[in-house]
Amino acid sequence: MKALEVNELTKSFRSNFLFRNIDVLRSVNINVEEGSIYGFLGPNGAGKTTTIKCILGLIFPDSGSINVFGKPVESFSYRNKIGFLPESPYYYDYLTARETLRFSGRLFSIPGKEVEKRSDEILKLVGLNGKENIKLKKFSKGMLQRIGLAQALINDPHLVILDEPFTGLDPMGRKELRDIIIALKAEGRTVFFSSHILQDMEMIVDDVGIIVKGRISKEGKLRELVGETVKYHEITVLGLEEHILKEKGYDYTGIGKKIMIKLEDRANLNDAFKFIEKSGGECISVSRISRTLEDIFIQEIEK
Amino acid sequence: MKIKAIAVNTFKEAVRNKIFYLLIFFGIFFSFSSRIISLLTIGDTSKIIKDIGLASINFFSVLIAVFSGINLVYKEIEKKTVYNILSKPVHRRDFILGKFLGLAFTLSVALTLMAAMFMFFLYVFTGNIDLILLLYFLFLYFELLILISVSILFSSFSTPILSSIFTISIYFIGHFVWTFNEFKYKITGTFEKAFAYFFYYIFPNLEKFNIKNSVVMGEAVKTDVFVSTILYGSFFVSAILTLSIYIFNRREF
Repeated sequence: MKALEVNELTKSFRSNFLFRNIDVLRSVNINVEEGSIYGFLGPNGAGKTTTIKCILGLIFPDSGSINVFGKPVESFSYRNKIGFLPESPYYYDYLTARETLRFSGRLFSIPGKEVEKRSDEILKLVGLNGKENIKLKKFSKGMLQRIGLAQALINDPHLVILDEPFTGLDPMGRKELRDIIIALKAEGRTVFFSSHILQDMEMIVDDVGIIVKGRISKEGKLRELVGETVKYHEITVLGLEEHILKEKGYDYTGIGKKIMIKLEDRANLNDAFKFIEKSGGECISVSRISRTLEDIFIQEIEK
Repeated sequence: MKIKAIAVNTFKEAVRNKIFYLLIFFGIFFSFSSRIISLLTIGDTSKIIKDIGLASINFFSVLIAVFSGINLVYKEIEKKTVYNILSKPVHRRDFILGKFLGLAFTLSVALTLMAAMFMFFLYVFTGNIDLILLLYFLFLYFELLILISVSILFSSFSTPILSSIFTISIYFIGHFVWTFNEFKYKITGTFEKAFAYFFYYIFPNLEKFNIKNSVVMGEAVKTDVFVSTILYGSFFVSAILTLSIYIFNRREF
């Protein structure tokens, strides 16, 4: 079963100026497989948050349908299965971390004892154990992100939706968040998150959807998308003079004694090996450089 | 349970705000100072203390009702904390009802505190306690409930400044709207009469809840007036909350 299915979603907002309609979502189609990590990628203003708000019923789409685990979002009961972390989350700063989780638990009608038990587990998972009795007004941005994630997990959700979760986190915080997302997947949950930070996405996602100007321009398995073309081969050599390569017309970059030769055509590899050997160089490694998510992303935006 | 959770949270937010205590303090302070003013004026001391004390409690509890009503709903939207609530299995009507009940409870605590202190001062200053005054506080509480629901209605679609202006306007209109009821006997034209009727019935007649003059004089309120006023207040609160829910259900965040 699909965890999330968005079909032909459209949404426009009325601009205050001249009452013109601005189409924010033109035709959004998303398919998220159960148990996968789905990266929802797009430049600022492409419609990522608008799509997420439609999924959560915070705004109402003009047309199209949204199903969560086979149930239409109009059915309302689907929300019991969803955990949501909003973009730059705001919480009641007069509550402590534990009170925040207690409040969230009550909104899901989870019995008190279960909330307490689950809070302990989640606070540990997000690294806030020992800080549960501190008021949120004293929390740093990274800690607020963690409590945001914790409240999104209080109902033991099957689908976790995170809107720009990596924004504003330091490298350590980003690594920890990546680990948490992977741990959520290992527990059998589906994770759907939006981001424009490509490296974080490339490291963990199974599937990617790229949204540009309110349309999904590309969707599929990350491996298939980035692996379908090899950009070039790179040979790392030692003991060669740069001018020899220059005379031969090779595309190369040199760092100290190491030189990286870039070959776009695979057929030229053997000739290159022979040339290196003849010139007295030593070949250290050969790597196949595939397209990165960034290449695909930029290509889609420039289309 | 969900409505209760939102109500409890609203109450927590209100009581963890220092302004709340400041307003209660002023309410108590002015009801206390009524004794000093009574020393400076000629007349029945007990009546003057009651007059000034009740007026100051009225003024500060209306302030608490209007500003906490507007602040606590608008802040949820402005600070986007509403995302965390409405993305969970919480109906929008539960959000509005939870906010209303939380504010109603907050107001009951504030009013009880001020009323208890006033009764204590009255006992110390005059040597007796007038239980009829409790009726005044009950009627005032119903007026405050109407004001809370009005402030929730406006803050569900407007900015805090506009909501404050609208709610305060409704407060003043509510205290003068009874004049339209008098007008309709004096006006002859059908259109003008319809206009007077319309205004009289569309706005809550808050003067119905003002029984200060009779309680200060020690007069009790008749049972039928009591019941009809309470029903009148309950009707307005329900109608305004229904309208708020209707608007809130259509609102996009």
